[in-house]
Amino acid sequence: MKELRSAILMLIVFTVLCGGIYPTVVTGIASVLFPKQAGGSFITDTNNRVIGSSLIGQPFSEAKYFWPRPSATSGFSYNPLASGGSNSGPTNPDFIKTVGCRVKTLQDSGVTGSIPADLVLASASGLDPHVSPEAANVQIPRVAKARGMAEEVLTTLVAAHTEGRQLGLLGEPRVNVLALNLQLDLLK
Amino acid sequence: MNSYELLEISLFFILLLVMIRPLGSYMAKVYQGERTFLSPVVVPCEKLLYRLCGVDGDEEMDWKRYAWAMALFNLVLFVALFAMLMLQHLLPLNPEKLPAFTWALALNTAISFVTNTNWQAYSGESAASYFTQMAGLTVHNFVSAATGMAVVIALIRGFVRRKTSMLGNFWVDMTRGTLYILLPLSLIGAIFLVSQGVIQNFSSYKTVPLVQEITYDKAKVDDKGDPLKDVKGNPVTESATAKEVTIPMGPVASQEVIKELGTNGGGFFNANSAHPYENPTPLSHFMEIFLILLIPGALTYTFGVMVGNTRQGWTLLGVMLLLLIGSFSVLQGVESSGNPLLAQFGIHGANMEGKDLRFSLAGTNLFEVATTGTSCGAVSAMHDSLTPLGGMIPLALILLGEVIFGGVGSGLYTMLAFAVIAVFVSGLMIGRTPEYLGKKIEVQEMWMSIVTILTAGITVLILSGIAMLTPSAVSAMANPGAHGLSEVLYAFASMANNNGSAFAGLNANVNFYNILGSLAMLLGRYVPAVAVLAMAGSLAEKKYVPPSLGTLPTDKVPFALWLTLVILIVGALTFFPALSLGPIAEHLAMVGGKI
Repeated sequence: MKELRSAILMLIVFTVLCGGIYPTVVTGIASVLFPKQAGGSFITDTNNRVIGSSLIGQPFSEAKYFWPRPSATSGFSYNPLASGGSNSGPTNPDFIKTVGCRVKTLQDSGVTGSIPADLVLASASGLDPHVSPEAANVQIPRVAKARGMAEEVLTTLVAAHTEGRQLGLLGEPRVNVLALNLQLDLLK
Repeated sequence: MNSYELLEISLFFILLLVMIRPLGSYMAKVYQGERTFLSPVVVPCEKLLYRLCGVDGDEEMDWKRYAWAMALFNLVLFVALFAMLMLQHLLPLNPEKLPAFTWALALNTAISFVTNTNWQAYSGESAASYFTQMAGLTVHNFVSAATGMAVVIALIRGFVRRKTSMLGNFWVDMTRGTLYILLPLSLIGAIFLVSQGVIQNFSSYKTVPLVQEITYDKAKVDDKGDPLKDVKGNPVTESATAKEVTIPMGPVASQEVIKELGTNGGGFFNANSAHPYENPTPLSHFMEIFLILLIPGALTYTFGVMVGNTRQGWTLLGVMLLLLIGSFSVLQGVESSGNPLLAQFGIHGANMEGKDLRFSLAGTNLFEVATTGTSCGAVSAMHDSLTPLGGMIPLALILLGEVIFGGVGSGLYTMLAFAVIAVFVSGLMIGRTPEYLGKKIEVQEMWMSIVTILTAGITVLILSGIAMLTPSAVSAMANPGAHGLSEVLYAFASMANNNGSAFAGLNANVNFYNILGSLAMLLGRYVPAVAVLAMAGSLAEKKYVPPSLGTLPTDKVPFALWLTLVILIVGALTFFPALSLGPIAEHLAMVGGKI
């Protein structure tokens, strides 16, 4: 009985400590040191209205926008309430067919040549905000035509929105699609 | 692998190796009750805590009492968490008004978090309130990790102590593990993760307008909220437009860090460590892998210090590194060459299905081997979408018993059980007395080691077999053919070894997997833990046998290689038939064009 009493009291003490005090302290410190990150890295427009998060991708399908990677979230793509991947197996016939359709959509939109894999394969989170620079570049002719802009302008814009490796070493070079499209809309 | 990736991986292992010694010796001091730099702050808290809980910190326990205290504590934890999940709708900090868990899901989830498994048959963002995540799941992430560490410390004391039945005090070991090791590291790690963009707040979910509205097919539901189906059984849909989305919030960083550090692995969100709010940058990714391997790696040094010969610890670490780097290389090789079935479409690049772009491929692969070599089970890529042989790597790492760094505590105690077996078998082969660390290995130790090693394997094979004969279990598979078998095998492997990652296409939230999975998690956690404590009890009572000419040295390279071989042979003998029917069959069909 003595052990049982200790077990119950230990549970209570550790719940207060690790489940109450610790997360509250972390929240407090985080809100002072990194308020923007702790809050969700939201992007605001000139009127200070939240228009998205730089970490959470959004769906785009119109020709005038750069398209993000396919997303397998349920409901609709890039649904932040249902993060997750497709979990399609590599040999699943439905999966192969889906990829074939995506390739065709891209080719119909004017993409020629070999297609970068990230543009037709769904991400793990379903919210991946990035595409590879190459995947952005193959879309330039389409976006340029839809907006009546010169391709060179877009090439420069994509280059300006390409993030390098972190600390010059970690991860992959990448383009934030939402940020790029927001910039495009500002240019008109 | 490009040169950046090579540099990233090399840098990772250098940093890890640099940290092993300072953290390992610090942990040895903590568990031996010596003074550390945190003592001025923590000792008063520790004393107060013992007084509040009615624990006598100087009291020693024999193995039975130690096991009893552990079991009782875990039982209390389970009851509390089960109740919390069933009553979620009545508890505070639930801005989204999420309902209670169903009983089968609550049972599975409560057992999952108490056993350090963190198998999740629910999605965090749509099922768990902030209160559940914080006061429930986060707490269990701490104490289940501290429990695993306590058990391995008791085993090490069994090797070190002579002619006594006492192994230490469970409450003290568990408390020290949390207060001196897990909490301080988590506090620093959490702030670091926030700096990278991991969120940490109590706000309600945020509604954000979409730049481009999108139309989609929405499933129609009846008055009760169940999906409507037409006469053929297909879901009925209607066209809908999304103009805004709801982004979930929450105290993520404080849970994210202990999820990795305590090799728990339960994601705040469904996408786990692939979610940008759990793992926003390549640096946060690097740090999360580091946190997964940090304590299991450093415990080998703690072990070395406590047994009085750090080379014993380095030898075990060498075995772990060899197996980890070996499996990483295979995974990197198969994933970087992409999916051959997609070559027909003129696609180039690695197998990016189920991977996020901001992490390098090598980084992602390192995460996947680290999370399955240990009992972590967090994922930054979807294992279900790995190539057949790529997917076999995490599966095999789990099936080997999670000794490659392994879970905090549980990894090292399983590794020590393997070492006992390796010593015994080599003793038989070369006619030397089986001794390990100055203790004679006899019938009791062999029995307990075998129970420790084989419990999970037997559980996996039997339950997967039952699943194949159960229609509701088979219909839960998401992918057809051999891959479906891999999904089921992975599910039971993950649960019985307390990993928690998944081939997540499998619909695990059905009674079959919730209930049999709970059984697998219980067997896989407590049978080995109690066997290890029993072995510790028996070892502690033995006298010390000084090494002689007839003793096999266990701190040298030949023993490391031998131990590696024993681990691989036991794994291959147990699981080769099952693996041939799953991933290997799928691979052969794929390259043979039989899909």
